[in-house]
Amino acid sequence: MSLPGPEIAALSLRREAERTAGALPALLVAAERLAATVQMGGHGRRRAGPGEEFWQYRPAHSGDAARFVDWRRSARSDTQFVRDREWQLAQSLSLWVDGSASMRFTGAPSGRGARPTKGARARLLALALAVLAVRGGERVGLSGPLAPPRPGRAQLMTLAALLGDDDPAPGPDYGTPEVAGIAAQGRAVFLSDFFGDIGAIAAALGALADRGVTGVMLQILDPAEEDFPFDGRTIFESMGGGLRHETREAADLRARYRARLAERRDRLARMAAEAGWQFSTHRTATAPEAALLWLHAALERGRG
Amino acid sequence: MTIFGPLGFTAPWLLLGLAALPILWFLLRATPPAPVRRRFPGVALLAGLADEEVQAERTPWWLLALRMAALAAAILGFAGPVLHPVPVAPGQGPLLIVEDGGWPSARDWPRRLERISRALTEAAAAGRPVALVSLADPPPAPPAFVNAADLEAGLPGLAPNPWEPSPDLDPAKILPAGRFNTLWLSDGLDRAGRAGLVAALTARGALRVWQPGTPVLALGPATVEGRVVSLPLLSATPVSGDYEIAAIGPDPSGIERELARETVHPQNATEAMARFDLPPELRNRVARFEIAGIRSAGAVSLTDDAVKRRKVALISAAAPREGLELLSPLHYLHQALAPTADLIEGTLEDALVANPDVVILADVGEVAEADALADWVEKGGLLIRFAGPRMAAADTAGDVLLPVRLRQGGRSVGGTMSWGEPRRLAPFPEASPFAGLAVPEDVTVREQVMAEPGPELAERTIAALADGTPLVTRAAFGAGEVVLFHVTANADWSNLPLSGLFPQMLDRLAVSSRTAAPTAADLAGRTWVPVKRLDGFGRIETAEAAAGVAGEVLAEATPGPDLPPGIYAADDRSVALDALARGRVLAPASWPLGVTLEGLAAPRQMPLKGALLAAALLALLIDILASLALAGRLRGPRAGTAVLVLAAALGLAPQARAEDTMPIDRAVEAASNVVLAYVPTGDAAIDRVSMAGLRGLTQVLTRRTTVEPSAPMELNLETDDLALFTLIYWPVTADEPAPSAAAYAKLNRFLRGGGMILFDTRDADLAGIGTATDAGRRLQALAAPLEIPPLEPIPADHVLTRSFYLLQSFPGRYDGPIWVEAAAEAETTEGMPFRNLNDGVTPVVIGGNDWASAWAVDDVGEPMFPLGRGSAGERQREIAWRFGVNLVMHVLTGNYKSDQVHVPALLERLGQ
Repeated sequence: MSLPGPEIAALSLRREAERTAGALPALLVAAERLAATVQMGGHGRRRAGPGEEFWQYRPAHSGDAARFVDWRRSARSDTQFVRDREWQLAQSLSLWVDGSASMRFTGAPSGRGARPTKGARARLLALALAVLAVRGGERVGLSGPLAPPRPGRAQLMTLAALLGDDDPAPGPDYGTPEVAGIAAQGRAVFLSDFFGDIGAIAAALGALADRGVTGVMLQILDPAEEDFPFDGRTIFESMGGGLRHETREAADLRARYRARLAERRDRLARMAAEAGWQFSTHRTATAPEAALLWLHAALERGRG
Repeated sequence: MTIFGPLGFTAPWLLLGLAALPILWFLLRATPPAPVRRRFPGVALLAGLADEEVQAERTPWWLLALRMAALAAAILGFAGPVLHPVPVAPGQGPLLIVEDGGWPSARDWPRRLERISRALTEAAAAGRPVALVSLADPPPAPPAFVNAADLEAGLPGLAPNPWEPSPDLDPAKILPAGRFNTLWLSDGLDRAGRAGLVAALTARGALRVWQPGTPVLALGPATVEGRVVSLPLLSATPVSGDYEIAAIGPDPSGIERELARETVHPQNATEAMARFDLPPELRNRVARFEIAGIRSAGAVSLTDDAVKRRKVALISAAAPREGLELLSPLHYLHQALAPTADLIEGTLEDALVANPDVVILADVGEVAEADALADWVEKGGLLIRFAGPRMAAADTAGDVLLPVRLRQGGRSVGGTMSWGEPRRLAPFPEASPFAGLAVPEDVTVREQVMAEPGPELAERTIAALADGTPLVTRAAFGAGEVVLFHVTANADWSNLPLSGLFPQMLDRLAVSSRTAAPTAADLAGRTWVPVKRLDGFGRIETAEAAAGVAGEVLAEATPGPDLPPGIYAADDRSVALDALARGRVLAPASWPLGVTLEGLAAPRQMPLKGALLAAALLALLIDILASLALAGRLRGPRAGTAVLVLAAALGLAPQARAEDTMPIDRAVEAASNVVLAYVPTGDAAIDRVSMAGLRGLTQVLTRRTTVEPSAPMELNLETDDLALFTLIYWPVTADEPAPSAAAYAKLNRFLRGGGMILFDTRDADLAGIGTATDAGRRLQALAAPLEIPPLEPIPADHVLTRSFYLLQSFPGRYDGPIWVEAAAEAETTEGMPFRNLNDGVTPVVIGGNDWASAWAVDDVGEPMFPLGRGSAGERQREIAWRFGVNLVMHVLTGNYKSDQVHVPALLERLGQ
């Protein structure tokens, strides 16, 4: 028993489409699930009422324009009430996910204890953050020209499509923050390993600070990058092959490498603090929920 | 040149370089380990970090040893090592080269020539004049010293002589005048006269002696005792080991070949006996014995009459009377001939059938088989007749087999009734074969038969009495001859048979043969002409126009220039003269103090420079690869290249030689019994089923029939010899690889030779016209190169239906039709189909019934696959097995059972 030819063709096309399209919801679903854990964690304060825009009625003061008076509510009492709205103006959240080659690194690509690449973890966190932001009614987008901040779930699909590309075209070895397209007074999230030129990072932070943008820098590192568990004669190459370093005894470098890493982290934190930003580090070996919680809280904190 | 033991160095000071090896040890120790290549983004943070400790890893000891070995080999190689260096002969002035030149030199003649050539080259380089003397062939006058190059030109013509140097050489006659140095190429044997020559040579200058260390071997003369021919292996020095002696002679077709071979095992002895136990026919054909593998005249022992034994037929007219053996006419002949000849007794008729060499008739008056005997004599036989009372009484006028005409009656002298004395023998005349034999005084003749006087009587008489009456007469008869003794063969008429002269006379007539060395008396009186000659290397040559020698000389003299060894013949007798003089005892030569000896060990000078340098290069090449491998630079395609380079450098390019012959044990297994075989498809599961199926069929055959095949085999079409198989089961799958052209050729030969292939597409589908399955199409492709005749669906009366069981269907797991070779036009005889072409076995049976699955049994003999449903399925399996049995029977018996087809017709005819 076999199917007629045209039906088979249609079936295979559909299966191919399903397979190709599969990656997009997968990331989104993962991000939704990740975002849901944040939601269930009791952070849904100030979202009690059904209406999005309504916040409270308050007695009209002098100076309130008459058109702000809510006559329906006022008619039930003697005083006039003004319908107050919170979040009248949505914040725009810009995400920068480092797409450079170094983010494709993972210290344990397979086997027990396999870890995702830094880039995968960064994209997951970014999309989860986007989900949270969309739920909060905020506009969310990617820095750069591809996806300017927009509200709504449709934007999530766009972001998922952009971030869901597992194997983007190889970028440069190390990334520099993309600051174009970040709205002034907006908020920004940088997800990167920040191994690139620290001057470029400082310049980006400076430019954003000038525009009144505050935000969060999350340094995503693989445990191997923190622990430097290498020894023996080794040739280290950057992921793109642009940088090389040969050593006869890698173990001898461990202490100095860690010192440099700590120094860089200090500097990044100092730079962030100076710009009014917040900085933290996330290890891909730990669960992403903690990082998402911290990100969410940091964004909330910065809002105040 | 500096010499250390067996090694010499042309540039020994270079060996000082070996002292530098420990320094190199320190320099060569370091090599970095292989790095690990890691992708690591954190490298950005590593930039500029320097290694704290620059400590080289230690080179593995074996790599270090390899490098040291390479360097040591190079240093040694450039130092010019020479194994077994030959010191250059010092000396100035003329050089005399003395070569023994006898048969003991023949075995290592090329080395002697090489040594002489080297001496000549050195002399030519030094400008020394040279003279060459061969002691076995001494020059008539002392040679003059000449230019070395002139002598070298004549060197290839130098050959050893088949005799030894004469012991009585006069040094004064062969040595040049003046002072000179001498190089003596000795054969290592001591002989008389050598001491004198050594003294004469040392008196003229330095004497250097070259002699090989290998023992001189020679073969002594053969002696016969009964059936055993024994001959001694002689050596100058005690030897141990195995030596093979070959007996060589013409085979029945006249081609010379080895007739027998014996091994002797001397145990540290100078003499060992080789014993050949040969039947007389074989022994008579032996022309010579020789030590296998030694080219020397001394290693050859020629055979003559001493080894050949004649067949002599003894015939007497009178039946021997019991108890009177001493009076028997044959008794003395018997005694004289038995040790040295093969005797035939009986009637003349029987004896002639045995084709004797000699027939002796003792006192036969009337020859019964005269015509047959005359024919035999005419063809070369020797007939010897003895007289006696019967002959004297018979009328011999018409007897042609007598050399002379006889008077009837004979005469009696010296008897009781006569006046005269018994007659003595006269000395033998010169022309007589008996010439030279001493005539004993006490031989007398009392009675004899008398010859009629005639003109030819004198020349036919070869022995006479003192009064001139013939005692022995001889006449040619055709190619043979007839000899008559005018006396009896027993002691009735004379005491000649009692004397020692009687066997000697028989010997001279070539009736008997010697058992010991010929004495002068045996040989005297005749001139012996050489017919075969030995050369120095032990080769037999035909002697042409050679002068004869007197028997006395032949018996006494040792071989020499005027008496070359070989085979000498006179009349019908032959005598062998070996190169090894009779009684010669081989002894090793001893040299006085002050004589330089060389060549005892005789190793060759061998320069080692090239080998050492090559070894050094090879070691360095390996070192390169090993270093690269250690440093981790030998990965990926580079490793393959390196291995190829190494393999090419070593000349070990892997040769893809397929095993193209059937393993012998497998062939034996296939040939020793009927073996079912299958063609592997490449699909392991199907092959396993095929194997199990044939195993099941083998079980069924063994249980039910007399065909008891061995365990089935998987066929390798490329290597196996298909002639060893009878039935091949070939399951066809859609993606089965096709055999090679050679395999198809083998398959076609197999089919032509009566083999059968059972093709099974295993899909029950082939017969469906037009809807061929994949397997069916593959079958067409596979079978296209095979020589398959036209096919037809199996007819109802095919042999296959009744070759063991009566079958009408041929199921496997399926029950489809099968195809066999189309029969020729069936003739209808009296209403019944009558096939003429029942001879052949159908070469192929094609079907798709998956028989192997139906036949398959597992290890405990239970069916592997279910078949059909319930008992109907078991019935189908039974029929499938029966089809298998029929198939094997058809292959093995051909059309044997096809007569069953005709039984109805035959019965009908019988009924009429």
